Amino acid sequence: MSSTTLDQNTKQPRSLKPSKASDPSASAGSLKESLLSRTGAMLIMGIFTLYFLIPIWWLFVASSKSQGQLLTTNGLWFADFNLFQNIGDLFAYRDGVFLRWMGNSVLYAGLGGLVATIIAGMCGYALAKYRFPGREVIFNVVLGGVLVPATALALPLFLLFSQAQLTNTFWAVFLPSIVSPFGVYLTRIFAAQSVPDELIEASRIDGAGEIRTFFTVSIRLMAPALVTVFLFQFVAIWNNFFLPLIMLRSEELFPVTFGLYAWNTQLNQVPELRPYVLIGALLSIIPLIVTFLLLQRFWRSGLGTGSLK
Amino acid sequence: MTTTSTVAAVPRRRRVVQHKRAIAFFILPFGVLFTLFYLIPIGYAIYQSMLVVERDGTFGEAQEVFGWFQQYVLVFQNGPFWRSVGRVLLFGIVQVPVMLGLALLFALLLDSPLVRGKKFFRLAFFVPYAVPGVIAAIMWGFLFSPNLSPFTAVTKNIDFLGADLVLWSIANVVTWVFVGYNMLIIYSSLLAIPTEIYEAARLDGAGQARIAWSIKIPLVRPAIVLTAIFSIIGTLQLLAEPQVFRSFSSAVTNTFTPNMTVYATASVPNASLAAAFSVVLALATFILSFTFLKFTQRKEAE
Repeated sequence: MSSTTLDQNTKQPRSLKPSKASDPSASAGSLKESLLSRTGAMLIMGIFTLYFLIPIWWLFVASSKSQGQLLTTNGLWFADFNLFQNIGDLFAYRDGVFLRWMGNSVLYAGLGGLVATIIAGMCGYALAKYRFPGREVIFNVVLGGVLVPATALALPLFLLFSQAQLTNTFWAVFLPSIVSPFGVYLTRIFAAQSVPDELIEASRIDGAGEIRTFFTVSIRLMAPALVTVFLFQFVAIWNNFFLPLIMLRSEELFPVTFGLYAWNTQLNQVPELRPYVLIGALLSIIPLIVTFLLLQRFWRSGLGTGSLK
Repeated sequence: MTTTSTVAAVPRRRRVVQHKRAIAFFILPFGVLFTLFYLIPIGYAIYQSMLVVERDGTFGEAQEVFGWFQQYVLVFQNGPFWRSVGRVLLFGIVQVPVMLGLALLFALLLDSPLVRGKKFFRLAFFVPYAVPGVIAAIMWGFLFSPNLSPFTAVTKNIDFLGADLVLWSIANVVTWVFVGYNMLIIYSSLLAIPTEIYEAARLDGAGQARIAWSIKIPLVRPAIVLTAIFSIIGTLQLLAEPQVFRSFSSAVTNTFTPNMTVYATASVPNASLAAAFSVVLALATFILSFTFLKFTQRKEAE
């Protein structure tokens, strides 16, 4: 476990924000870079910006159209702007089942991500900061867990939950989501680097217990890693497809992605659903984009942490 | 691994473990949940995969009995399953290098002085990662469809959802979602390289392309290996995108990918065969990413 990358990342020798000062080549090397390679580089970036953003732009435009104009007007530009009316229709459709799905997703992913992060953080911290027999065994088993694909667990989880008669419940999706072996791995490495033993010792001399020290002192120093773990877990749960597919039958328990999938499969029989699928898709990605933007200061410094060898 | 034997051999000569209660408090919640929702399911999948159904005569009552590896013989004879494995392998051989090649190219461009407006590009390329696979597949399903697409001129003439191209249309969805994410991982490891390293090369007259090829790429190898392993794992697990595409294309069968085969088999219901598929798939994933890791490490040592 060499930790050079992590070390450099925590110290952040170069800011992630590209500024003139942090980019020495901007002044010294600029003469050498010909106009041709600059234009070429910008052209590549420009073309791919279109590739990445046009689908989302199309979704936004399509969401603002009425059912009739969806098929008859230019897909990349607005017709009559009906976005808010469409949103209203979607929220009213079938007693607001879409809002229910959004709420479910927030609960599964938000609460689940939070619980997963705290539990993984506690375990990673203990593995990094305490010496006890079996420590390496536990860590190696957890590390093996990182390599087990989550989808391989979906089927046995279903079989086990059905024996406990817990399929088609909130818990069937929630409980498996709060286990993050990757979180333990990441927080252990981060805690070993960023929480000094002297600080824990000082806290002990002040009379604080171990648990209190963790929740008042250490957890703050581990914040960048914890936010990264939360984000990964949040995204993983929000995007999880196999578990709801195999566990849930009742519509009122669906997360939003799965609900939209269910509508999408009915499109051939019920074409009226099409605008709802499109507007729902647009609305369902907004919470993720907002979460990423709000927390980007954290995950940008945490992302590289995973690339340890 | 060495610690395992030390612990077993000399437990009593060690110092008394301090803060036992705190350690238990920190470790138990994860330990219990990990056991319940990782270890037990894995064990149960293996157990279930060894059960076979037996009947007393043709009309006798069906009974599950322990049959060792009989299910696995069926797995190896199962044509649709291996066709689905072959399909995702083909997918991975093409899609993973294309995706990581693009991610590396963008990361290098962002790290070079050639590009202005880096903050904007970084965000614009990363936004698709915030789109769940199901939603991305729904969006692209519409964009590829011959009637609804804003590019009907293209989609009416090229059948993106037909049997020939649908695999690559799905590859496009996966690439669209994950390029920016992989780009950021590689980019942040590029940023961690101290700039002094480039100065000597620049004094020697090396251009950006040469610096990228000879200095930057070798130094970000660990990040590239990591993204490659995650991508290989992801490819073998493909489920949401092809499952969504079934609504748009009749060419996507219910055994299109290994995980879809697992789901279809479990719905039959044939839990034992589905469990055996799951075990084989998990093992294959593990072996493939492990081999890749070892292979790249050995190349590095040379």
